[in-house]
Amino acid sequence: MTDASDNMMEVRNVTKAFGDDWEKETVVENLSFSVKKDQLTAIVGPSGCGKSTVVNLLAGFERPDEGQILLNGKPVSGPSKDALVVFQETALMPWLTTYQNVTFGPKLRGDMAPDALKAAADKIIDTVGLREFRDKYPLQLSGGMQRRAELARALINQPQVMIMDEPFRGLDAMTRQLMQEFYLRLCEQESRTNVFVTSELEEAIILADSLIILSNRPTSVREFIQVDLQRPRNLEMLSSPEAYEYKRHAMEILHEEALKSFKGGAGNSDFLEAYSRQG
Amino acid sequence: MVDKKAKTPALVRLFRDQTFRRGVIAILAFVVLWEIGSQFKSWFGVMVPFIGKIAPPTAVAVSWMEVGQWPGYWQSWYLSTGRVFLGFTVAMIIGIPFGLAMAVNKYFRGMFFPPFEILRPIPPLAWVPASIIFWPTTELSIMFVTFLGAFYTIVINVLGGARSIDIQYLRAAQSMGATQWDLFRKIILPGTLPSIFIGAAVGMGITWEVVLAGEMISGGGQQGGGGLGFFIWSSYMGGVMDQVVVGMISIGLAGYISSSLIRYIGHLSMPWRRMF
Repeated sequence: MTDASDNMMEVRNVTKAFGDDWEKETVVENLSFSVKKDQLTAIVGPSGCGKSTVVNLLAGFERPDEGQILLNGKPVSGPSKDALVVFQETALMPWLTTYQNVTFGPKLRGDMAPDALKAAADKIIDTVGLREFRDKYPLQLSGGMQRRAELARALINQPQVMIMDEPFRGLDAMTRQLMQEFYLRLCEQESRTNVFVTSELEEAIILADSLIILSNRPTSVREFIQVDLQRPRNLEMLSSPEAYEYKRHAMEILHEEALKSFKGGAGNSDFLEAYSRQG
Repeated sequence: MVDKKAKTPALVRLFRDQTFRRGVIAILAFVVLWEIGSQFKSWFGVMVPFIGKIAPPTAVAVSWMEVGQWPGYWQSWYLSTGRVFLGFTVAMIIGIPFGLAMAVNKYFRGMFFPPFEILRPIPPLAWVPASIIFWPTTELSIMFVTFLGAFYTIVINVLGGARSIDIQYLRAAQSMGATQWDLFRKIILPGTLPSIFIGAAVGMGITWEVVLAGEMISGGGQQGGGGLGFFIWSSYMGGVMDQVVVGMISIGLAGYISSSLIRYIGHLSMPWRRMF
């Protein structure tokens, strides 16, 4: 636990505010946690608590006002392929085919030989089950396929940390379940460091090695839970007593935080954050 | 199944298409109603307001047959088309980079957007007198007015399109290692393409409107020569109403052909939008 060497990512006392001096809104306050190497760290929080801001900070899209974020011991100074985000709604380029989307990053950097790239891309497209959709455009894919294509696009870059920002949001219940199962298997087959941000508690519990519950805004870590369900896991395990216990405990905390935001007039701050993001 | 489709001639397939048949029927119905409306007086002795004053399609067709043999009529087509395409092309060449530059650079936008917005509401036709004084030949002043017609629309569309590109595309590309130039070339440019074609299609329509009005005003002067706008104007001055209608329909056709051309090019250059 105290050994820093198995921490892939460390967030140290990070504070981030939006807006100007007249109307400053602190979204993240004194946030600290670490992400263990080869583990899946799930982050949940009440809606509007600033999860997306946390993602943007981790990925280097935003810089912290105070504090530090370390990736593999080095401070995060901007977006890089080492901390890749799989976005909420799909961010596949609509004008590129599945294959072109997947090879987008390596081609841009020119860090793979063409033959090796083609082989790697085809293999990864196979892994996510899109071989027949290799030359289709994103709009020709279903919602679930789009997410898988986006996973493939991130995976081929071999990021040190994959940041999943509510990746299955907006999918119908059935597809969502299939994607969760697919993602579970993917994580268990290959060891990879994942940060999985979600507002779905069950999804977080079944996927995570450790679970971080964020507080209401200004957000910080409210609770850290080690999820010790055995692996390999499946979605049926959600109905086990252990899982239920995790869920009950986490639910209690989330409920408390959600109530606070209800009383604290979260509508107003939501608006402010949305507004400041425009700029 | 596939073979059968390939063997069917294209024209037969076209006529089997519901939408196409509906379009043909609509146009035929329109022409028939028009004929009845304008012939009403000679057939039944009662004049239908408005339509009764317009030459019937049969007279227009006869007139068209006659006009079609004059080289002057085709010369008008040639002149107007040339003006439209030149003005339009220049508007694209200047407008697209200008719009993109305003979209990606806030200093550039800060400097050029306010004057642009002040000039934009001025109708191109209001520029005619200034343009006649400013440019040495009538031809150039008509082209300049034509250029203005398309320019504002193209710039506004390009600017709006480029600014509304989802920031997630930019972020995704950035984290995969894209430089500023990469972002421009691989995200902003293809992302703006649909708006460029919308701007082009709308701009093309305005260009036709403007060129004709420009031609009517500046006339078929010794320097400028006719054009379809002047063709209509001189037919009107000569009191030949069926020729006026011939001119009007000619413009409609010319505009339709031009915008179809743009749609077709857009279709070719944006394969990802082809499925709809």
